[in-house]
Amino acid sequence: MAERPLSPHITVYRWAYTMTLSILHRVTGVALAVSLLGFVLWLVSASLGADAYAAILPLLTCVPCKIVLALAVAALIYHLCNGLRHLAWDMGWGFERADARRSAALVVIATLIAAALCCYFIFRLGAGPA
Amino acid sequence: MSLRTPLARALHHGTARDGVGHWLIQRVTAAALAPLAIWLLIALLSLPDAGYRTVITWIAAGWNPVLLMLAVLIAAWHAWLGVQVVIEDYVHGFLPKTVALLLSVFVHVLLAAGGVYAVLRIALRSHA
Repeated sequence: MAERPLSPHITVYRWAYTMTLSILHRVTGVALAVSLLGFVLWLVSASLGADAYAAILPLLTCVPCKIVLALAVAALIYHLCNGLRHLAWDMGWGFERADARRSAALVVIATLIAAALCCYFIFRLGAGPA
Repeated sequence: MSLRTPLARALHHGTARDGVGHWLIQRVTAAALAPLAIWLLIALLSLPDAGYRTVITWIAAGWNPVLLMLAVLIAAWHAWLGVQVVIEDYVHGFLPKTVALLLSVFVHVLLAAGGVYAVLRIALRSHA
């Protein structure tokens, strides 16, 4: 491949917290693709019957697993909130620097509140009757 | 009038004319996933427990199977498009990139098919 001109790499720009949100959108997106694998495995195990489901149930109820589950839910909420921000941009709304910073702060606050709320329900979730 | 050279046309270089399609489908699936994700989160986290009976009953109830299948299908579609862009940006070299892209398609189609099959199996069995 011939040497082609490249745009300046991002390291030449002064860091702004909106850049962290931008890369987090990708990171959570990839994490959610992996989470989708877990979600489908959960559905498949439920479809295979009570014994198969009982075998994977500890993955929903043990404490380390609940932490992973809570992180996945937090990633989903972040990706959802920031995704709505992206959709607004795509329609031409909120492109001014002040607006983009305000919506970034809003995304972080909304994610923290919603994720904390979901964490409460995740850690409350029990295995139920056998 | 085209500004492309005859040689470029003969070599099939240049736009494949589907770049906007990728961008647009990513947004349309995102718009569909937003309400589905909110529904799924609220529905799952308000289950009284994660036991087999509770889960099976919920999956098969009412319109839940339809919404669940849509959620899995559209999520797999959206994830495939997103992972594709990430691979294109960060995996270098023709062979590794091609292998990663192909693997990503296969895994996402498998997830979509597996998820839909599982939901159908549960829903149809409980109504039999």
